[in-house]
Amino acid sequence: MGERRYSETHEWVAVDGSVATVGITDFAQSQLGDVVFLELPRKGQRLAAGEAFGVIESVKAASDLYAPLAGTVVEVNERLAANPELVNTDPLGEGWLIKVEAEGGLPDSLLDEAAYLKLAESGTGH
Amino acid sequence: MVDFAGWEMPQQYTSVREEHAAVRGAAGLFDVSHMGRVAFAGGAAAELLQELVTNDVGSLAPGHAQYNLLCNEQGGILDDLVVYRLPDGSWSAVVNASNREPDVAWMQAHAGAGAEVLDRSAETALLALQGPRAEAVLAVVAPAADLSALPYFGVTEAELAGAQGVGISRTGYTGEDGFELFVPADRVAGVWDAILEAGAGQGVLPAGLAARDVCRLEAGLRLYGNDMDERTNPYQAGLGWTVKLDKGEFIGRAALAGFRAAGPDRVLVGIRCGERVIPRHGARVRLAGEQIGEVTSGTHSFFLGAGIGMASVAAGRAPVGAQVEIEGRGAGGLAEVVKLPFYRGSVKSAVTGAAKQAG
Repeated sequence: MGERRYSETHEWVAVDGSVATVGITDFAQSQLGDVVFLELPRKGQRLAAGEAFGVIESVKAASDLYAPLAGTVVEVNERLAANPELVNTDPLGEGWLIKVEAEGGLPDSLLDEAAYLKLAESGTGH
Repeated sequence: MVDFAGWEMPQQYTSVREEHAAVRGAAGLFDVSHMGRVAFAGGAAAELLQELVTNDVGSLAPGHAQYNLLCNEQGGILDDLVVYRLPDGSWSAVVNASNREPDVAWMQAHAGAGAEVLDRSAETALLALQGPRAEAVLAVVAPAADLSALPYFGVTEAELAGAQGVGISRTGYTGEDGFELFVPADRVAGVWDAILEAGAGQGVLPAGLAARDVCRLEAGLRLYGNDMDERTNPYQAGLGWTVKLDKGEFIGRAALAGFRAAGPDRVLVGIRCGERVIPRHGARVRLAGEQIGEVTSGTHSFFLGAGIGMASVAAGRAPVGAQVEIEGRGAGGLAEVVKLPFYRGSVKSAVTGAAKQAG
């Protein structure tokens, strides 16, 4: 898988061939607290970069999820329906959200890890 | 850590889910030192309290505590608090953190000769050990205290983990049996560690404000600032049982007598949501499309596996069993009006809702 890139709205994306895996960052899950459920798109749904594609609801609050890239959803992490806490315990691994068949490359606005960590440290909430 | 009324407080130590499970299944240890501790001194202390609060403190024997409201002349709720009569007969109270300064100023302004109101918040720390194993765990660190003989809302004093003169009350804000501990501030770190060490093999965990909020909501306990405020009278908050109109004169009595005679125009009800809906503070509540009120508190109940909340709705419009709509994300969701509390735990009380340490 390629190097992870990050959005300013705290999603991550990692590209493997033409398929991109999308999740939320460790900083985002720590800010949200315990995730209670997620509303995720269906397979086949097309996403535009920057568009809201779902909702993550934690004990504290509900937050929109934004697509870090354009493409078509090819897989949804079904385990999250019964185990939403995977987003908290392993946000970069088993707590991934969706896989997307990418259209075009990754937007230039995405950040590399160093730039994202700097943003997170400055305390911008999800 | 979050800023809470100027205090740095942990929302969670591990996860809300785990901490909640510890409170319900074993015990959770909360640091609630942000709450205000107020002492009442002087020969007229009891008279002052009787004038300030709605419940009848005249019935309080030494070694007992009582849930209370502080109201203004208009009958609006300034705060909810627990009044303690310590074993030596002296008086104190625990008030909400965000109301501490205005409460103390209000109390001092009403104190005549012979009574003094002292803010003692900085001298002690306040811990809460809550859960079905609280007594067994506390007994290990406070062997001198006769905890099994301490009744619900009872107050005693004992040596605890080497700290002298720790106040122990059988009170809490979780719906479980448990204790609140008034520890000299310079000894609290040792007491905290000793309790966690004693409870380590029994599933006791430190628990934060987020777990406390879930527990108190499941237990149907009100939170000041969410479920009631200065524009709410006790009858609207379902706390009319704390108002003793026949105890003699007190602040707000005339207004409260009027509210009682007229009956409340709005009431606080429990709501249980359908799948994947969590009611949030301020969300509109509708009945057949017509707005009848607002959600005052809401969360996800780990016990029920559903969104739960309390809502202030027009009286008579939403009886238990009524189906209402809760405004939320997208179309919102359906909810059923239910009886409070959502959860009955190990708490010793027979009185619903009396298990209230000021939130």
